[in-house]
Amino acid sequence: MNARVIHIASNTFREAVRDRVLYNLIAFALLLSGAAILVGQISIEIEKLVVINLGLTAVSLFGVVIAIFIGIGLVSKEIDRRTLYTVLSRPVRRWEFIVGKFLGLAGTLVVNTFFMAMGVFGALLYLAHHFHKADAWVLVALYFIILQFLIICALALLFSSFSSPLLSAVFAFALFVIGSFAEDLRGFATMAQGGSRWLATGAAYLVPNFSALNVISSVAHEQPIPGHLILYNTLYAALYTAMAVCGAVLIFEHRNLK
Amino acid sequence: MAALEIIGLEKTYSVGFWRKRSKHALRPLHLAVEEGEIFGFLGPNGAGKTTTLKLLMGLVFPTSGSARILGFEWTDPKVKAQIGFLPEQPYFYDYLTARELLAYYAQLSGVPAKERRRRVDAVLHRVGLPDVGGVQLRKFSKGMLQRVGIAQAILHNPRIVFFDEPMSGLDPMGRREVRDLMEQLKHEGKTVFFSTHVLSDAEALCDRVAIIHQGELRGIGVVADLTSNVHGKVEVVWQGTRVPSSLKALEAECHVTGDTVRAVLPEENQDAAIDALRREHLRLISLIPVRASLEDYFVQKLAPREKVEGVTV
Repeated sequence: MNARVIHIASNTFREAVRDRVLYNLIAFALLLSGAAILVGQISIEIEKLVVINLGLTAVSLFGVVIAIFIGIGLVSKEIDRRTLYTVLSRPVRRWEFIVGKFLGLAGTLVVNTFFMAMGVFGALLYLAHHFHKADAWVLVALYFIILQFLIICALALLFSSFSSPLLSAVFAFALFVIGSFAEDLRGFATMAQGGSRWLATGAAYLVPNFSALNVISSVAHEQPIPGHLILYNTLYAALYTAMAVCGAVLIFEHRNLK
Repeated sequence: MAALEIIGLEKTYSVGFWRKRSKHALRPLHLAVEEGEIFGFLGPNGAGKTTTLKLLMGLVFPTSGSARILGFEWTDPKVKAQIGFLPEQPYFYDYLTARELLAYYAQLSGVPAKERRRRVDAVLHRVGLPDVGGVQLRKFSKGMLQRVGIAQAILHNPRIVFFDEPMSGLDPMGRREVRDLMEQLKHEGKTVFFSTHVLSDAEALCDRVAIIHQGELRGIGVVADLTSNVHGKVEVVWQGTRVPSSLKALEAECHVTGDTVRAVLPEENQDAAIDALRREHLRLISLIPVRASLEDYFVQKLAPREKVEGVTV
């Protein structure tokens, strides 16, 4: 890969790692996984279900917060503070900067997810004293959560390339919420008539389909995840992320820096 | 070969929310800077200096025009490896140490890995920060950040450096050091293009200067040539304490010191002043032309159009 993209990505990763807020969020997620054990103990016979549900939901929610929190400032903060000037006056192309920033944040999110997942598996081990074969599906759920993070991260970057951090956060979080109900939106579209049908169908396919990436409940009930879903979700997330990053690049390529 | 050639570079912004109107940040600018010279780009605040530098660095896009740097199109990424740039009031990644920041910039500039450490240490030493390389930038003062800014601009041994207000935030010693550094860069054969509104810095350093105001080039040339064309003043000194009343009409500023009078008046009034002294039987001691400064030239270039604009507004 292009060396400059790697350098920008590793600097973005370093920036995130040195941000204390990040550690607070990870600590909260780990605490929530720990709290899942307590809740599990008062839930007779369904302790494991509660731990997986609560633990993975904590990983997902805190990861999304981290992705939005860091993602919205990736470009706008660099423009506001003018740190970008000394980067773009070097032999660095604008697309390299955007892609490097995205990869740096994506790397940060993967590492964070790893640590938060350790909390979930630690809680599972504490309850059952050993792992079952079905626990491997938790890894698939975590993989889908990471795919969600990549999409969110790309969207935050896209919004960050043309709007303020606050608006970027609102847009990204709104899309996350709407995307989490994408299947319901599609259901509504099939029932709607006339113009609203077209509008709802368009919106349903435009927003990221996070509900397809949410298999936490299935995994908690030890239901296997079909291989084709893993493949489709991977392709979907890769395509959606690539489109959002390309959009960010297109906007940023033509942007005058104040 | 010209190190920098600006060919009609122009930048117009649209301002206003409902009724859009054009604001000329930079009117078509034509400028050439020779290789190895120190070139001062002068103008008051808001004149268009920073806009010009941003255009050259590719940070904003021109409305029209182009530029060539070291013979290449200014948008060519290859040319950027030969450019050093210090922005105005630079701000850096404050979670990094000075050494980490410079190493990062060295990576982006394509400095070979085995040379990076040596270059970073050398440049920290050169800007007077050899002992704080391991300190996070958030603990640096404004003056220290300015030095780091200069370090990152020369780190990769560029052939041409662009400094936007390089003396800003520096104490007198720091200003002197930066002036020395710029002269060293010139002796190393590098071209230095720097913007400033501090005329004494430009007068002390520059081979040539350009004056820009309201986005428009108002003058360009060698400092001595520019100031020689300024309509100067003369200093007349005579013996006595008496000031002839006719001198006041000649716009003379008179100061009596001991038994001599010193008057400074416009050059074109010098003959009339001597006639007045002769009529009053006062003994002329000296008549010396007062050397015009860059400031005089600067004021002359800026003032007339201000007045015209003042009338039209």
